[in-house]
Amino acid sequence: MANSDVALATARSKSGAIGGLLPGGLVIGLLAGLVAVSVVGLLLAASERTGRSIWTDPYLWAVLRFTILQASLSALISVALAIPVARALARRPDFFGRSLLVRILGVPMVLPTIVGVLGMVILLGRNGWLNQGLEGLGFSGQINVYGLSGILIAHVFFNMPFATRLLLSGWTTIPSEHWRLASQFGFNSGQIFRLIEWPMIREVAPGIAGVIFLLCFTSFAIVLTLGGGPPNATLEVAIYQALRFDFDLQRLLALALLQVVICAGVMAMLTFWARPVATDMALHAIHDRPDRVRVLARAVDGFWLALGALIVLAPLAALGSRFVTGPIFKVLSEEAVWAAAVRSLAVGLTAGCISVVLGWGLLSTARWLAVRRGKLWAARALETTASLSLVTPPLMLGAGLFLVLRTFTDPFALGLIIVVVVNAMMGLPFAVRILNPPMAQVARRYDRLVQGLGMNPIDRFRLVDWPLLRRPLALALGLTVALSFGDFGVIALFGTGQTETLPMVLYQRIGTYRIGEAAVVGGLLIGLCITVFAIIDRGVGGRATR
Amino acid sequence: MPRDRTTTAIRVDGVTFRYEEMTMRFDLKIAEGDFVMVLGPSGAGKSTLLSLIAGFDRPLDGTITLMGQEMTGVAPADRPVTTLFQEGNLFPHLTVAQNVGLGIHPGLKLNKNQHAQVSQALDQMGLAGLETRLPRALSGGERQRVALARSLVRNRPILLLDEPFAALDPGRRREMTDLVSDLAPERGLTVMMVSHQLEEVRDRSMRALFIHDGQVVADGAINDLVSSPTSSELRSYLGH
Repeated sequence: MANSDVALATARSKSGAIGGLLPGGLVIGLLAGLVAVSVVGLLLAASERTGRSIWTDPYLWAVLRFTILQASLSALISVALAIPVARALARRPDFFGRSLLVRILGVPMVLPTIVGVLGMVILLGRNGWLNQGLEGLGFSGQINVYGLSGILIAHVFFNMPFATRLLLSGWTTIPSEHWRLASQFGFNSGQIFRLIEWPMIREVAPGIAGVIFLLCFTSFAIVLTLGGGPPNATLEVAIYQALRFDFDLQRLLALALLQVVICAGVMAMLTFWARPVATDMALHAIHDRPDRVRVLARAVDGFWLALGALIVLAPLAALGSRFVTGPIFKVLSEEAVWAAAVRSLAVGLTAGCISVVLGWGLLSTARWLAVRRGKLWAARALETTASLSLVTPPLMLGAGLFLVLRTFTDPFALGLIIVVVVNAMMGLPFAVRILNPPMAQVARRYDRLVQGLGMNPIDRFRLVDWPLLRRPLALALGLTVALSFGDFGVIALFGTGQTETLPMVLYQRIGTYRIGEAAVVGGLLIGLCITVFAIIDRGVGGRATR
Repeated sequence: MPRDRTTTAIRVDGVTFRYEEMTMRFDLKIAEGDFVMVLGPSGAGKSTLLSLIAGFDRPLDGTITLMGQEMTGVAPADRPVTTLFQEGNLFPHLTVAQNVGLGIHPGLKLNKNQHAQVSQALDQMGLAGLETRLPRALSGGERQRVALARSLVRNRPILLLDEPFAALDPGRRREMTDLVSDLAPERGLTVMMVSHQLEEVRDRSMRALFIHDGQVVADGAINDLVSSPTSSELRSYLGH
């Protein structure tokens, strides 16, 4: 090797360090820039009007109290119901339809929120199944779904199944020896619960409750639709109202600040104290246990399994039946509906692609730090920044960008671009969570080989990463596209006429009580969502990696 | 720096490295064409020594000189070295021929001549006709021979073997070690081979380094090390 070659090679190795840090650095810069721009936009706009102390506004504290109350109750009820349902599933590893039930429990996790809300309205609304049924039985009083109870029911519908699946994977972590001991000593059901199951639940449940608290704390579509009036708002809904109706930017800032501080606090508590929630969702069979065969035990399990299935299936069934009897041809011949569907597709695909590219960039640098430089903490820190977007209120971001763009152009014209940007950021944590484990595995196994052969980044992607990682890439893309496609969040700020998305159309039909039409739009939304996901899974994921 | 005209292939001067709690320090010289075994208990730093020479790990201090050129800051692919790992030498989704071809062009852009070169190397390893197979259709020994074929087409003067045959059964392992020891003089290769099993070595006059706790504590012909171990660590390693 000649001297000039060595000099060249040295220069190349130096640029290797830049190449390793560049993608992650760019992503962090982009995220930080985005947050900074919207916060500065808010601060500048808010400073235009001064001389009022926002922190003494009783409305602010009323909203905060309600947000905390409903989130705490939602988390508590969801976990409390999930414990017996998960226990029944764990105790009955082999009944007919079990795997179907477990799958059904997965539906609310991917169902667009606004569609779930519609299901609630059809089931429990003023002319809903429940009230009609009660009327038929001779009751005259109406059950009102709007308000705290409606919010809680919807939150339980979305989060109880989630908690059940996480708890169920907690059951699988109980060592099989414990079940053998239980059989040997002839424990009864109560003893098993106290001595074997409760210690596991006590460790796992707080983390699950914490995650659900966060999800419900930042809930938007459910509270906006089912809240039923000004006092019943989450911070997120109040941010929306502050911008859209009152244009009170100081209040908006105060609300956003409260939300960031509290979410960050809860996230920090979850990170430091709670045992990490098992995410693999492995659903192995539980070893034989002595309390399965009693008749009472069977009856109890049957009750809880039926209740769990009912909570998930009732709104879905209501939705389905209303779809079938709805004005399908009328709605599907509306040009506005299809225009909105096309807009939603464009928004979803763009936002999903951005989420996946950003996640890939972030993780490439994380892998480079971990595998090439041995800096595991730095890699972890980088992976965690992705979930920071869970703390930043999307409506604050949207509002900030709106205010900044206002000084240059008509922000409503750019509404969809703001929606894409914010949705891409909201999808990032999901992309990172899906891509991280397989990317780490490929890096651990093949990075030295890639280095030794001297592959450049393009060849590396073409020959190694793409063939080995296209399935998780497809999954990440499919999920982020579907999430963004069905999202009803920031679009609420901008959705007017020319910028309506399909979830926005759905929200308006619910708001004007055209429930039949809403059901058809909801069906279209779900159908398109599944179709897009399947196309991406086939097209990007391929069959197998040859 | 003028090219060193001595016949030293590998020179490691005061190289230090930290891994978790262990600080390692290596000094050694290996002549061109030598075949050196690297022995020692697991966790002693054998693989780390090879990684430092190959450029996967960077020394905190000291220099590594390969074929007369100082290597500080030189990327692994630009060093006159090929490493064979215990596993993961082949990409599971690429064919045997593609895996070997990566040694000629890491973007797999090969001309007709180079394709022939790949087939020839496979032929030499006794793998003729397996070009289009995927690694999972091969036995463990065959897979490592594909990796060896790639090291042949890469044509680097130094070959580092990080226990590549450890997962094979004893008969296969001996066969592969023999294959490499025949290949080395034929090609003029300088070889360092990490091993746990002394029995697999045919030529007992071969040089061996004994590594313990991040240092070379004994260095000499295998016969001498076994018959009169100089350090207590070596004695306990050999089970004396």
